[in-house]
This record gives sequence, structure tokens and C-alpha cells, in this order.
Amino acid sequence: MSTATLEAMAHHEEHGDAHHDHHQETFITKYVFSQDHKTIAKQFLVTGIIWAIIGGLFSVIFRFQLGYPESTFPWLEDLLGHWAKGGKLQPEFYYALVTMHGTILVFFVLTAGLSGTFANFLIPLQIGARDMASPMLNMLSYWFFFLASVIMMSSLFVQTGPASGGWTIYPPLSALGDASMGSKIGMDLWLVSMAMFVVSSLLGGLNYITTILNMRTKGMSMTRMPLTIWALFFTAVLGVLSFPVLLSGAILLLFDRNLGTSFFLSDIVVAGKILPNEGGSAILFQHLFWFLGHPEVYIILLPAMGMSSEILSVNSRKPIFGYMAMVGSLFAITILAFLVWAHHMFVTGLNPFLGSVFVLLTLLIAVPSAIKVFNWLTTLWKGNIRFTPAMLFAIGFVSLFISGGLTGIFLGNSALDIHLHDTYFVIAHFHIVMGVASFFGMFAGVYHWYPKMFGRYLNTTLAYIHFWVTIIGAYLIFWPMHYEGLAGMPRRYYDFSNWESFKMFGGLNEFISLIALIVFAVQLLFVINFFYSIWKGRKVTTQNPWEANTLEWTTPIRPGHGNWPGEIPEVHRWPYDYAKDGKDFIPQDVPVGADESKH
Amino acid sequence: MIFDIKVMEIDIIQPSNKIHPHKFTLWVGIGSIVMMFAGLTSAYIVKRNQANWQTFDIPVFFWYSTIVILLSSISVQLSVNAFKKRQMDKYARLMTITLLLGVLFIVTQCIAFRDFWNAGMTLQANVSFSFLYVIVGLHALHVIGGVIALTVMTLKAFSTTRKNDNVVPVEVISTYWHFVDMLWIYLLVFLWMIK
Repeated sequence: MSTATLEAMAHHEEHGDAHHDHHQETFITKYVFSQDHKTIAKQFLVTGIIWAIIGGLFSVIFRFQLGYPESTFPWLEDLLGHWAKGGKLQPEFYYALVTMHGTILVFFVLTAGLSGTFANFLIPLQIGARDMASPMLNMLSYWFFFLASVIMMSSLFVQTGPASGGWTIYPPLSALGDASMGSKIGMDLWLVSMAMFVVSSLLGGLNYITTILNMRTKGMSMTRMPLTIWALFFTAVLGVLSFPVLLSGAILLLFDRNLGTSFFLSDIVVAGKILPNEGGSAILFQHLFWFLGHPEVYIILLPAMGMSSEILSVNSRKPIFGYMAMVGSLFAITILAFLVWAHHMFVTGLNPFLGSVFVLLTLLIAVPSAIKVFNWLTTLWKGNIRFTPAMLFAIGFVSLFISGGLTGIFLGNSALDIHLHDTYFVIAHFHIVMGVASFFGMFAGVYHWYPKMFGRYLNTTLAYIHFWVTIIGAYLIFWPMHYEGLAGMPRRYYDFSNWESFKMFGGLNEFISLIALIVFAVQLLFVINFFYSIWKGRKVTTQNPWEANTLEWTTPIRPGHGNWPGEIPEVHRWPYDYAKDGKDFIPQDVPVGADESKH
Repeated sequence: MIFDIKVMEIDIIQPSNKIHPHKFTLWVGIGSIVMMFAGLTSAYIVKRNQANWQTFDIPVFFWYSTIVILLSSISVQLSVNAFKKRQMDKYARLMTITLLLGVLFIVTQCIAFRDFWNAGMTLQANVSFSFLYVIVGLHALHVIGGVIALTVMTLKAFSTTRKNDNVVPVEVISTYWHFVDMLWIYLLVFLWMIK
């Protein structure tokens, strides 16, 4: 820091609040077009919460169809108009709801809402930087996301409805406007919205990587970074390298849709008429899509892993077990994430030899995953555990990651996958391991860093109710789906009551739908808690409420733009000095004493 | 808030002994763009082994484009050197030349597309032609982005009111320009060799 900067800061500190009114920000620059990473993080979080409510509500609505295929619900017609004529969800809109549920939750909530929130919030605070490398790009990243949100939201209100070809938008269904209602303008809006979304996540990712590699405070070597930062770093690398490939696939699809090219279309007959498209390959799209699509799974999962690692260590009052193994396994997962995409395509006409290669690479992911699980459990082992809400959610994350990860080993085998592909087994697998688990990581993060975000605590009683209902409910919803899937019940079907073989699951489907409704209601409890506590929550009175070692807790209780009023603290140790030399915890900015062993 | 945002920004930009954050951001961004073209060219390779694939000859104007963009790479590098030696008039002239060459590149690309189209190789006629239009067109979009940046730099270079002493933006645009040049060479060789 230059001498002038120091002097200016000393000057401001001396004179306290009296002298800074000439730098007053307006409401617009402070809360709307803010360049402060903490405000941008909160914008991502609040937008993500709104999307989560919408996406969750969609799942409740289509679960009603699956649970009560023969009943009518007049309130549905009030809510959805002609999409639920006579109180019964129309098949076209059922597909639209499923598609939008996937799109919203995967991209808008668990990518932008999760990475956008915590990468923005934690990276500068935990590595000791005043802001991101480019606050301007960071602000643009949010506003591109906002634009993508507006476009996606508006597609819900067009007459032919939103995209309905599934969140994977496979052609030819997505490429031909006449293929279905949702393949018309809704699909175009989907593609444009996703293009904006890709721009947003690229701008964000560029910033995260640069900030982590370039802007760390003195003493913060890479090996002293908290695991959250490592995880967010690898997440950004995955995003920056895989989203452009999705973009190229989306561009080709836009050409096919609107300019008559044949990248993905060939020999198609619609209503007895042969289309002129020739020479295209629908499988090509699947390759391009899943080259993003699989890394995307880890874009969702890695931040949750990083935050859970941090929270488990803090609340076990123990150093994280196997720090370098944790970093190494994150790295291994990042590499493998790019090499397994075709396991989504075992039944779409892949060369069986190629399939066996992808089986091997897919099963290899179990190794770094198992290392991580082992390290989380050994971190908990004999810890002096504090069961804060954040801790419960982090433990819940580990539980879900194990349960959902194990079924991944089933699906990763191409021989088994032929039977299980596109059944409820797959639904159960990815909802547990990627959907709910990442949500648990996100909740853990919100409960843990809420005091730093808003200077207040969330209500703990509501948090405990939220946790227990959610974890029990999640298992009750998704565990039975494994059985349905093994019995061959296919995903994306509107109504199972006509099939002799699936009729017996009627009661089970009703049960799942009821639990889904309860779990959704409890999430609203969280939302109420979240917004109520911003203004009315118990105030934070100590700088370091969780007695954690990382740098964000050395800032004032409500840090301003720039994070530290004085100099940025210097780092002298790794972030996991818990229960060391008879001390409960030693923050990173405490110099190493003469009597302690060095890291 | 008890400290000054303006002061902090200086602190944020301060590069210490590492690569400047803006330059580094550009490199990561280049990695990202490379992935997009890697995706497209791999799709091209996959497609070309399938039925109904027509080969084509590279339009002659693409070779002129290549000469133009190579020259512009030289001129942008000379302008960076001039800037570093504080020869501001020379810098402004070389920046202008680069900008004009950039525009000329786009013009030659348009002519090549027109000739290609008029020879019956339209967007919809065959997948291989579609690929050519999409891949080369996307590259041209990246060049146009560079031309916009060059225009801003050139206007700044001729501005008499503003002081111009920060070398980082000049280096960032020149790196980007070299990158779109290299990308063009790769695409040309790719389309020429792999039929």
C-alpha cells in the first residue's frame, strides 16, 4: 500500500465519521449498481432465493399431477389459467414445468445463486483483498444474470408457454418450432436467456480466478487459503472452460432453429412431410451439451464441498483432516469432470468401446470423492462439535453426498445404466447428490456467513426446524424413487396410471407429493426467517461469533466497501489452527509464536 | 464507512510484483474463447466423418485476410513499443494503421463470404458450409470487438485533453489482437487441412 493511501486512511480513522460525507454514495450506486463485492453477493443471493421459490413451486405443482393424476384442483386453474383447464394440469404445461424446474434450479439457483453469492462474498474477504480484480466486470456479471432472469421469467408468460423440451434441450425437439408448444418462442427465449447467463458466469469466473491468483494479501500463499477458496477457484475454472462449449452448441441450435441450417437435423418427417434438413446429427448436440453439462454438476457441487469443509472444521474445533488431500481431490475432480461427459449418453448410440472408457473414467471419480468423505468424517471424529444450524447442514451435506454418490457408482456402469437410464433412479441419484446436497451446502453457507453479511443472526429455532424437516423430507422424497426407478418407471411421464406395471406406485407417488409439499412449505419458513432477520434478527455483537480463524472475521461487524478500515491484515498461518498448543483457535493474522511449531 | 473509496481503488489496482490483474483476466478470457472454438472445431471433425459432407476450397480472399491481419499484428506491436518509449505521435499513427487494417480484415472477410455464397455454397446448402459461416463468423465477431476497442484507443491517442500514460490498456488490446490473429491462423489452417 502506498504511503499516501496509509496517510489518507489514518486521517479518516482519526476523524471518524465526521469527515466522510463528501464521499457519500447514492442509493443507486450503493444498492443497485453497486461495485462492492458484498452487495453484489447479496444481490445474487436474493435473486437466487426468488428463483428457488419459483422453481420449487413448479416442482410442487407437477408433483400434484404425479401424486393425484385423476383429481382436479380448482386452485390450479386460478393460478395457471388455461394451462390447468378445469383444475387439471395440461400435458404440454407439465413438460414446461419440468423443463423450467430443471433450468431454474440448475442454472439460476445452484450456479448463479450459489457461486455468485459465495464466490463474490468470500473470495475478497477470505484472501484479504479490498474487492475483486475488476469490480466493474463483477457488477456487469450480476446485471447480465439479471437480464437472463428477466428473459427467462418473461418466457413463462408467452402464449405458447416456456421451453418444454427438458432442461437438456435435445434437438430435434428443441430445434423444430412445430415440434411442440414449448419449442416455439419459449425455446428462443430460453436460448437467449442462457446466452446472457453464460456471459454472466464467464465475467464472474474471470474475476474469481484473477482475484484468487493475483490479489491475495501478504502471507496468504496458495497453501494457506481456506478450502472454500480452493473450491470456488476450481469451480470458476470449470465454468470458464465449459460454458463456452455450451454457448457454441446453443449458437448452432439457434442457427438450426432460425436460419435453416442442419447441424443437428437430418431426415425428419413431420406430419407426413419430409423436412429439407440433411446431414445433421442430434448426437453431436448431446456431446456439446454434456461437455458443459457434466462439469456443471461440479460447478454446483464444489462450492458446497468447500463451504462444508470450512464449517465442519470450525464447528468441530479441529483442523480439517488432510488439507492437501482435500485440495488434491478437488483438483482431481476438476480434471475428471471434463472426461466423463459421455456417461450421460450410454444409450444414445455411443460406440461400446468408447462407453467402457467413459465407465472407467466415471468410476475413477469415486476415488477423490471417497477421499473427501473420509476427511470430513475424520475431521468430525472426536471433535468438540458445536451443533449450530450451519454445522447441521454441513453434516447433512456429507450424508447426502454419501447416499447420492453411491448410486452414482450404479449409474456409472454402462451395463446397469441401460436399464436405469431415464428412470426415477436417475432422478433420485442426481437430486440427492447434486440438488439437495448442494442446497445443504448453500444453507450451511447462509447460516454461517449471515452474521457477516447482515450483522445479525438468523433465528436458531426456525433454523433447527428447517434442518430436520428438510433432511428427513429429502430422504423421504427421493429414497422411494430408487425403487420406482429399479422397477423401470420412466422420468418425464405425465401420468403413470394407465400402465399396469406402474399402477402399484400410485400410493407411493401420492406420499412423495405430500412430503414434497411439506418440505417446500418449510423452505418458505427459511425465506421468512431470512428476510425478517435482515431487519429484526438478533444483532451481532462480537467480531468473531463462531471463533473462526479466517480473515473475514477480522473485519468490522459491518464492513464497508474495502472491507478493512485500516491495513489489510497479514497472514502468518494456515486457516485451521484449532485446538493447537492448548489454544482453542488461532486466527490466521496472529504471528507464529516462538514456542509453536510452524506451518 | 470510515475510509475513502477513491484511495482504495488505487490500492486494488496496485500490481505489486505480479502480473497486472487486467492482463491476467484477459488471459483467462482467452482460455475461455479458445474452449468455444475448440468445441466448434471438434464438432466439425465429428461431423465430417458422417454422411453428406461436401468439401470446399478456401475462398481466395481468406488468404488476403491473413496477410492483412498479420500486418496489423506487427503494427499493433510497434505501437506498444512506441508507447513505451513515449513516442506518442508515432503511437497514434501506428494505432490508426492497426485500426484501418482491422477494418480491412473485416471487409476482406465479407468479400470472401459473398464469393463463397455466390458460388452456390450457401448457409443451408451443406453442413460443411454452415460450419464455415458459423466458425469464421464468430471469429469475425471477436475481431469486431477488437476493432471497437482499437477505435476507443485511437480516439484516446488523438485526444489533446486527456493525459495518456497507462500502458496496461495498450498492452491488453495488443495481446487480444495478437490472439485473434493467432486464432485466425489456426482456423484457416484447420479449414484448409481438414476436409
